[in-house]
Amino acid sequence: MTDAYIYDAARTPRGKGRPDGSLHEVTSLALSARLLNAVKERNGLQGHAVEDVIWGNVTQVKEQGGCLARSAVLASDLDESIPGLSINRFCASGMEAVNLAANQVKGGAGQAYIAGGVEMMGRVAMGSDGAAIAVDPSLAMKTYFVPQGISADIIATEYGFSREEADALAVESQNRAGRAWDENRFARSIVPVLDQNGLIILDRDEYMRPGTTVEDLGKLKASFKDMGETMPGFDKVAMLKYPHLDHIEHIHHAGNSSGIVDGAAAVLIGNEEFGKAHGLKPRARIRATAKIGTDPTIMLTGPVPVTEKILADSGMSISDIDLFEVNEAFASVVLRFMQAFQVDPAKVNPNGGSIAMGHPLGATGAIIIGTLLDELERQDKQVGLATLCIASGMGAATIIERV
Amino acid sequence: MTDFTMKKDADGVAIVTWDVPGKSMNVLSLEGAAELGGLIDEALADEAVKGIVITSGKADFAGGMDLNVIAGMKQGGAQGVFDGVMGLHRLLRKIELAGMDPKTRAGGKPIASALPGTALGIGLELPLSTHRIFAADNPRARIGLPEIMVGIFPGAGGTTRLTRKLGAMMAAPFLLEGKLSDPKKAKAAGLIDEVAEDPVAAARAWVLSAKDADLVKPWDAKGYKMPGGEPFHPAGFMTFVGASAMVHGKTMGVYPAAKALLSAVYEGALVPFDQALKIEARWFTKVIMNPSSAAMIRSLFINKGALEKGANRPDAPDQTVRKVGILGAGMMGAGIAYVSAMAGIEVVLIDARQDAAERGKAYSENLLDKAISRKKATEEKKAEVLGRITATTDYAALEGCDLIVEAVFEDPAVKAEVTARAEAVIPQDAIFATNTSTLPISDLAKASKRPEQFIGIHFFSPVDKMALVEIIKGRETGPRAVAKALDFVRQIRKTPIVVNDARFFYANRCIIPYINEGVRMVAEGVNPVLIENAAKLMGMPLGPLQLVDETSIDLGVKIAKATRAAMGDAYPDDAVDEVLFWLADQGRLGRKSNAGFYAYDEAGKRQALWEGLDAKYPRAGEQPDLHEVQHRLMFAQTLEAVRALEEGVLEDIREGDVGAILGWGFAPWSGGPFSWLDMLGAARAARICDDLTARHGARFATPALLREMAARGDSFYDRFGAKRQAA
Repeated sequence: MTDAYIYDAARTPRGKGRPDGSLHEVTSLALSARLLNAVKERNGLQGHAVEDVIWGNVTQVKEQGGCLARSAVLASDLDESIPGLSINRFCASGMEAVNLAANQVKGGAGQAYIAGGVEMMGRVAMGSDGAAIAVDPSLAMKTYFVPQGISADIIATEYGFSREEADALAVESQNRAGRAWDENRFARSIVPVLDQNGLIILDRDEYMRPGTTVEDLGKLKASFKDMGETMPGFDKVAMLKYPHLDHIEHIHHAGNSSGIVDGAAAVLIGNEEFGKAHGLKPRARIRATAKIGTDPTIMLTGPVPVTEKILADSGMSISDIDLFEVNEAFASVVLRFMQAFQVDPAKVNPNGGSIAMGHPLGATGAIIIGTLLDELERQDKQVGLATLCIASGMGAATIIERV
Repeated sequence: MTDFTMKKDADGVAIVTWDVPGKSMNVLSLEGAAELGGLIDEALADEAVKGIVITSGKADFAGGMDLNVIAGMKQGGAQGVFDGVMGLHRLLRKIELAGMDPKTRAGGKPIASALPGTALGIGLELPLSTHRIFAADNPRARIGLPEIMVGIFPGAGGTTRLTRKLGAMMAAPFLLEGKLSDPKKAKAAGLIDEVAEDPVAAARAWVLSAKDADLVKPWDAKGYKMPGGEPFHPAGFMTFVGASAMVHGKTMGVYPAAKALLSAVYEGALVPFDQALKIEARWFTKVIMNPSSAAMIRSLFINKGALEKGANRPDAPDQTVRKVGILGAGMMGAGIAYVSAMAGIEVVLIDARQDAAERGKAYSENLLDKAISRKKATEEKKAEVLGRITATTDYAALEGCDLIVEAVFEDPAVKAEVTARAEAVIPQDAIFATNTSTLPISDLAKASKRPEQFIGIHFFSPVDKMALVEIIKGRETGPRAVAKALDFVRQIRKTPIVVNDARFFYANRCIIPYINEGVRMVAEGVNPVLIENAAKLMGMPLGPLQLVDETSIDLGVKIAKATRAAMGDAYPDDAVDEVLFWLADQGRLGRKSNAGFYAYDEAGKRQALWEGLDAKYPRAGEQPDLHEVQHRLMFAQTLEAVRALEEGVLEDIREGDVGAILGWGFAPWSGGPFSWLDMLGAARAARICDDLTARHGARFATPALLREMAARGDSFYDRFGAKRQAA
């Protein structure tokens, strides 16, 4: 089997996903195209240099609809012979794009791919594409559907995480992200967002609040308490599925959940011949990929079973992993991961995560693979694992190894 | 025999009158539907007819569908039901489109409905298909779609039309809760269009003046938008997401009709009207073919109605109660006095002390005051009802009572004394009833000079709310006493079951093992939250621990002590008593002491399960799975019902099923314990019992009757249902 290598990983800074966010003026199309151009230029790609652009994107309506991947290729300077594939695996879309590309390369279907994703959450609202699982009674009842925030609170209740632990993790995420920026740890990946005149729109993650304290977070109101306990009463649905729970502890709020932001990320993946042909040096090998389905009610526990699966599939153990990126969708997701594998918290999200910098749904999976690789290089470590929880009860993971 | 007749007048209005011969209330049969269709065809074809008014020849419009129709459709399986329902849709759609041009929607004949009184089920679905609904200003009339209450949902277009008319959110109380309204409230809610003194005249005037545009339903007009938003409209999305969660949480997921209704509404909202009717018909068919719905209809509609009409009444002359004497003005006596006086019966309420008797009467006053504050009663009504109640200490006031209900302290000596004192005054032919819940009727009858006129009438608390009354025959109780009790229960509009005399009769006999099984699991270290939720997930209204908190733990202790005394060494419930006695000893008596299995706040609001339980009975490392807990809780009750049948305490499984649902809320979706066993199948039920017996002991031993039925492939309703109904 051919090996698949990462030759480059790039991302935009993340803008606040609000009308006053810095990237709010930029279309999903333009952000995607400009990042694709950056990958083209950084790596000297000419003509049909890659087989496809696989672009993760969750809310595929309006400007993100109509196969945004193909539109982005056509809007970019890439050759029109490169097609474009939009995919949606919710929060892991960007990772799934990378994994699909890697496995295509491994299987011999083309020499190289650009894989990544975009989400302009301030422009195309999360959930505005509808969802049968939420709204169709036959499936909502069959799966005991509750919104993700309730699921995150079920994890906290089921596995015993307190509000204080969740807030402490959030503060640590802010501080680590702040330190990473102060020390320019993201320098290799960050592609500033420029306008059509070359003027800078955004060159730094703007959602972060380094210096936030546990006391600050203590003042925030639990976000999912009302919808859980009163209208429409999702906690009752949760307890139908988890009848041993007396009540749901609502510990999550805006400060210990991932931020709503705009952003994009791309990874250049190819085989050995591709590198030689373009004079590029591989940075890491994509050693293994995995995905799994889990209970859709608690929904966000996927990182644990998918990590067990990827380790088993690749004959590795948790101690073989030097660093972890576990997407901070909600604090309890990361706490559960660390609890299940008893890993050193210092090795998990060493440069902060989505709580501090935000979670542009379709892009995050590709972002954290890039962040993981940058940090492996900085610490001169070998093997890293990235994983995300996924809506409707799924998990995805990627193991990379420096070469 | 014709159900519908038509008269055309000189102005060109055809009045179609629904008047089913030989019935006090119209119900729709297939023959009736065909007649109606024929008359509509005739009127639409007749050039002299300008418009149609559909009304009733009775005081009410209609009570619903003739249930034989559904039974008949079911003979043809799912296809038969679907085809039958689609036939109804075609009829109602013909009325709705009224001959108009399919493209321009012009040229139809106006069709209005005129409701003199109550209009339920199809009795509202038919009017909803007409162009305008007029109802008489009749505050006693009930208008609505109560189908969900018996385990189905409005399947003749009511679901689709009301959702499109009001929007999913506003239609929800009528569809999901079966809410009924009087005509004024029905108009305010948009169920009907006008309240009129003479609805036929008003309807007639309307059809003569209606324009083409007045006939086009919003959903047949261009640019129709569902009020509140369809499911993928931002506001509609939130409504639909919330609706599933609310229905799921409220029904615990055990009522197939609620789920099917919601799916019919959601899927129907996404397509044009005629497709939505087809979707409604498919989900309706699914529900009709579901055994739970069939069992609910059987128990909660057919058999409950039959019992209320005296299915098990002995052949005896009319025993209508005119004057009742109630001995003991405590909570039960006061409640019985209230429901009796409300039914127009003269009441003598006796207690040993005048102030106690007065307090008993004040109970009625309080309830009436509350009703007045909610506009459910008037000052005149209150005066009239209170005027029927005489509160006294004087037994001489019992003169002329044709029924006595004794509700004094549960002490045989006290009961014997009041029995003798009353019998000294009351007429020779009066019937004497005791409201005991624990003492054998035959023993109490020994204090009576006329044991054949002595009977048990067991009310449940609170009397004004609980629908079931358990009538208990002592060894010597005669048929006239049974007829008297049944006629009394019918007067006070409750549902009777008649059982034979045995420890705890029927209801309590089944409730106690349910509570005990829950308490026993606490002692075993089963997570009490799981115990409570397991019961609720089976559709029990209260978990066993909450139930014992409500009924009080000291009552449990008292019953346990009495049972132990009666059974001696055979007493099986030591493990249960250990927990109950331990709680009672520290003053945790349940809700009344603001402490029990649950913790309560100062206002008496129930909080979480008490933490002290975990300390005393630490959680077992390995917890049973949900089904294990549910089987234990369900079979504890159900096997007791089977034993009651085997022992002849129950004579009719219909009473066993109806009594269980109304008496203690036994999983209504199941249709009752016997229906539930039939759903499981005797063979599977016997296997579960054998398995439970092996692990938990002889209280789950498979009854001989169930084992025999398993061997023969029998079901309770095949074996006992038909015979009873033939008799």
